[in-house]
Amino acid sequence: MNEEKKDLIALESGEMEQPFKWAAGAYGSKFLTELRDNKKFVGAKCPKCGRVYVPPRRVCGPCYVELTELVPVSDEGELVTYTVVSFGFVDPATGKQRDVPYGYAAIQLDGADTLLLHFIDETDHEKIKVGARVKAVFEEKRTGSLLDIKHFELLEGQA
Amino acid sequence: MGRRVAITGVGMTHQRSARPDVNGQELINEAVRMALDDAGMTRKDIDAVVIGNMDHFEGINYVDTWSVDGSGALMKPIMKLTTGGTTGTTVAMGAYYHVASGLFDRVLAIGWEKNSESDTTGAITTAFDPFWDRPIFAGAVAGLAMEATAYMAATGATEEDAAYVAVRERKHGLNNPYAHLHINMTIDDVMKSPYLSWPVKMGDMCPRTDGACALVFVSEDVADDFPQKPAWILGVADRHLWAYTSDPYMDVKTGKAWFPALEKASAEVFKKVGITDPLEQFDVAELYLPYSFAGLRYIESMGFCDRGGAPELTRAGAFDMGGKCPVNPSGGVMSSNAIGATGLIRVAECTWQIQGRADERQVPDVKLALATGFGGCYWSDVLILGKEKPGKARG
Repeated sequence: MNEEKKDLIALESGEMEQPFKWAAGAYGSKFLTELRDNKKFVGAKCPKCGRVYVPPRRVCGPCYVELTELVPVSDEGELVTYTVVSFGFVDPATGKQRDVPYGYAAIQLDGADTLLLHFIDETDHEKIKVGARVKAVFEEKRTGSLLDIKHFELLEGQA
Repeated sequence: MGRRVAITGVGMTHQRSARPDVNGQELINEAVRMALDDAGMTRKDIDAVVIGNMDHFEGINYVDTWSVDGSGALMKPIMKLTTGGTTGTTVAMGAYYHVASGLFDRVLAIGWEKNSESDTTGAITTAFDPFWDRPIFAGAVAGLAMEATAYMAATGATEEDAAYVAVRERKHGLNNPYAHLHINMTIDDVMKSPYLSWPVKMGDMCPRTDGACALVFVSEDVADDFPQKPAWILGVADRHLWAYTSDPYMDVKTGKAWFPALEKASAEVFKKVGITDPLEQFDVAELYLPYSFAGLRYIESMGFCDRGGAPELTRAGAFDMGGKCPVNPSGGVMSSNAIGATGLIRVAECTWQIQGRADERQVPDVKLALATGFGGCYWSDVLILGKEKPGKARG
């Protein structure tokens, strides 16, 4: 079998590149420019159920109505669940592997009904608790991306 | 109402970490030939083909066309379905709908994947939103790990509880010659395996696999014309609930639902078929459990027990071979995960169980079997198969 395997050929794609240009839409753009220019979060509020979506969505799936009201939400919130990632993989968007380990969490910002996934500044799982208070830390140089948020920091003594 | 539908032919490749000796369509062909032989059919007898995989795992976007020589779909109606981890069960449901509709009598369902041909996590990343998910996406493992954290926080379940599931699946897999992993793991082995994403360890996770599966779906009008006894589809349901990767955890916070897509889909199909006590009524279940904690939380979501009750039932052996309702006699997804084939293999294994053809992994006297698919942002497919022809088609 090993002798046979030597004769089996595989083709490697090499450094492939296929550029895309995605539209964030009007609401997505508003969210990202607020992050970039003012370090602030905005959401969209459903006129029917009152749910606030962050980042803002144009349609409330359950009510199936268009959302027309943009509302400010806090840069602080509650950690709903989390993990500490030690499994490294190459991010296809950047071609790079993130340094491991890193903390990672689902965060509900005050005033939002949805969750935001992002990094947290702690890699010891025993120091992170469900229900902990967190606050966004922004990058110095911001480009209009979710990565303008560097990570969320755990706020001391409020878990 | 539609026609009643049965499965009469099963084909499956031996699931392996890599199959460099075949390309995708050759791999598909192995499973299709076996399924056609099993049903005593040739390619000519097939009215239509439903096929599925995750295109971006192989980087080939025209699989339905590219594979027609191997799939047998040359100059036949063909439809490709791609729904993430649920792909295989969606393919089964698509074939079921084709036949139940009355438009086709004999439909071939194919699910396949060659996970060895790309980096699975990198490929999965491209399934998600470029603005809101991809920049911070940490892989399927991290997504599952956050579910595990929330589950433990809500119920007090432990990592060791989950390890019992991982050990059971690998133990069952030893009886299945088609399984990819044949490893006799202990609780200690799982607990000492390295963390991939706390609290999920290497021993808790499914492997990456190359494999294919094919099934022949036929109508009640022709179901008696085949060498194998038909395994009847009693009902199917699916729910796709969420858009973004963070959405599934919203229900964890509110506590309103445990795993809403699976709860709704299983409630619908259980009602159709008359299941009120799944633990008592099902003889066997082949569930899409991609990692160990799923074996606890998903069981609870489907009502096999109350929330938080799965660890005790699992430790007591309720889901072991010889238990009240053996789960994954095949070794399940934690023993083989060729993603586009995985859901269809659940249905294939249920078919073999009902036909009494599961060899070393056969559960005695199976009359009612449950199959599920899991994928995407916590999407769920649920299918019930039975030995007896149903009184009427139930959708």
